[in-house]
Amino acid sequence: MLPLIPTDTELGLIRLGALQKGATGIVHDIQAGRGLVSRLSVLGFTPEARVTMVQNFGHGPVIVSIRDTRIALGRGEAAKVRIRRLNGQR
Amino acid sequence: MAEKKTITVALAGQPNVGKSTVFNLLTGLSQHVGNWPGKTVERKKGTYSHNGIVVHIVDLPGTYSLTANSAEELIARDYIIKDQPDVVVAVIDASAMERNLYLVAELLPLPSPVILALNMIDVAEQQGIQIEPEVLEAALGIPVVPMVATRNQGIRQLVETIDEMVQDGTAYEPKRPEIRDDHRAVLEEIQDLIVSRVPDPYRVSWVSLKLLEGDDEIMRLMEDCLPEDIWERVHAILMEHEDAIVAVASGRYNWIGRMTRAALVRPGVGQITLTERLDRWATHPFWGLVILAGILGLVFSVTYTVGAPLQDLLSTHVVEASARLVSAALIGGPGWLTGLLIDGIIGGVGTVLTFIPILLIFFASMGLLEDMGYMARAGYVMDRFMHLMGLHGKSFLPLFLGFGCNVPAVMGTRVIESRRGQLLTIMLAPLVPCTARMVVLAFITPLFFGAAAPLVAWGLVGLSLVVLAISGVLMNKVAFGGERAAFIMELPLYHVPNWRTIGLLVWQRSLSFFKRAGTVILVMSVVLWGLSILPTGKIETSYLARIGQFLAPLGALMGLSWRMMVALLTSFIAKENSIASLGILFRAGEEAGLAEILPGILTPAAALSFLVVQMLFIPCVATVATMFHEANSWKWTLFSVAFLLVVSFGAGIAVYQVAALIG
Repeated sequence: MLPLIPTDTELGLIRLGALQKGATGIVHDIQAGRGLVSRLSVLGFTPEARVTMVQNFGHGPVIVSIRDTRIALGRGEAAKVRIRRLNGQR
Repeated sequence: MAEKKTITVALAGQPNVGKSTVFNLLTGLSQHVGNWPGKTVERKKGTYSHNGIVVHIVDLPGTYSLTANSAEELIARDYIIKDQPDVVVAVIDASAMERNLYLVAELLPLPSPVILALNMIDVAEQQGIQIEPEVLEAALGIPVVPMVATRNQGIRQLVETIDEMVQDGTAYEPKRPEIRDDHRAVLEEIQDLIVSRVPDPYRVSWVSLKLLEGDDEIMRLMEDCLPEDIWERVHAILMEHEDAIVAVASGRYNWIGRMTRAALVRPGVGQITLTERLDRWATHPFWGLVILAGILGLVFSVTYTVGAPLQDLLSTHVVEASARLVSAALIGGPGWLTGLLIDGIIGGVGTVLTFIPILLIFFASMGLLEDMGYMARAGYVMDRFMHLMGLHGKSFLPLFLGFGCNVPAVMGTRVIESRRGQLLTIMLAPLVPCTARMVVLAFITPLFFGAAAPLVAWGLVGLSLVVLAISGVLMNKVAFGGERAAFIMELPLYHVPNWRTIGLLVWQRSLSFFKRAGTVILVMSVVLWGLSILPTGKIETSYLARIGQFLAPLGALMGLSWRMMVALLTSFIAKENSIASLGILFRAGEEAGLAEILPGILTPAAALSFLVVQMLFIPCVATVATMFHEANSWKWTLFSVAFLLVVSFGAGIAVYQVAALIG
């Protein structure tokens, strides 16, 4: 039998783009190619970093706050960052 | 007495930390702006003297890290490693210290000693962040200078600290970041494999780390330097540890956390800052657009209401006056000399000169918006539209600069990280109607369309932008395979504008425009004058007329006579030349004369098609030269010219035929 890869939901992970405005999450990993991983991790998107959603209208780019910096991300880029919701937040 | 000594100091820092302000404070006006060799990345150098030491300052490009993600990062690190400056001053934003220290974590393993310029401490204090520079200094083992560069605070201490570091013989021993424990063994394994095979001036430990970070440049370097079997072993290790990029980055952030723990006290609950309040509106998908439209409208109205009268003043009192002066002085002299001086040289220089007011005002407005931090928001709001063309928000600023002049627009595409994004933006920039085209529009529309003139003018601007959007979508699909680069952009804090920074920005942009456009326009004006006078001395039988007559059949499709075609061709030198050429071709003494003649010669349909072609036509020669320079490719430059020829004539024919049908 093939080993089962746990789904995001089983791991309690969501995509950064799904985080609602004002909510905070913890970066789990970035599922992307080397270039994007490198650029994002330099800006502070490293495992265990706290990231807060500043603006998210459900379409178009989002603004997040990470390590005292506000960063605009395309929706596609935000979908590649997996995060854990911080306890007690939706 | 101390001997006269020369040292070199490199300024490093992430974008938006006030690095240019520090550079400007240190060097004043004794700075030189050029390009890094072989790159279209701006290089600023300057000097100052202190205590008998001449200090050369090199402003490195603003970069978030020293991994080869972009040309800027490559330049910055190559400079430090290969040119080995005596001191590196790392400018950081105290209000975002963690992220800013990332670059410092990359600078410390390099040989040049680092001084930390802790800038914007006022902003940090406003946000309730308390920093103890002495504690930070002790933790990092390097000098820390607190600064507020915009208020000229700390600059003297920075100069003293640089001085001490150079005079002081004691060894420079900073605390250097180390890799995360789980990857230490791998790092050592790589080090053992490549030791003694790393070319000068690189260090084994640094190269090993960059290999683990998947740095393309260093991978290529080592692939060339290592024997094949060893490279294969190294490569196998790297493939097995692809997660090392993240491990190295988080290792640096962990180190930063440890270094700043004692020196940094943050406010408990995040308070709502001014930036947050402003951004609720400025980045809103609807209100953000309204605000952007309002700001742009304001920029335009200021540019034209203040700039246009100044332009007229310069034109009558400087250009025409000097033309009169020259012709008076040359009475009795050879006619060709008068022609060369007045039509060729004064005409060319005058063209450039009369654009100074409009360009200065436009550049100053842009500089103000950039310095205050608004431009990033404009890019953010426009991202969803740029998206349709396979571009992202960062392409908006250069395109917008195009409303002033296409030359700085094309140069401004440097901020776009991906080559294809930059190329596509360069291809689209000429479709942004520049001030020169607006001048033609403003002159011709009232002659034919009376009260509807402003409507027609705005319609034509709208048409240009629609064509730009359609071309963007098509080019992206056909020529670039529909890919899209990642959109990642810092939104800096808003701040009070610094007039010095804006002033220097305007100065540099204008200077580079005049250097490039000025010479090209001057030379081409003389060439054009030659074509219009040779071989017979009369324009009707000149080479220029022959070219126009050759193009007459094409012109007929658009309702344009050969004279109109010639006028169009001369707009290649500078857009507003088409009015001057019409003046000469129709023997009108001055513009007022032309204004009376034109409506009798052209039907409104033909005038409309002339304007359409004029708006979409190949850009002026200065822009084409800049496009070639920035795209660094003949293929793309020629493609753009051919594309615009087809588009403009196609649109002209369509508009004329339809307008003629309707009447």
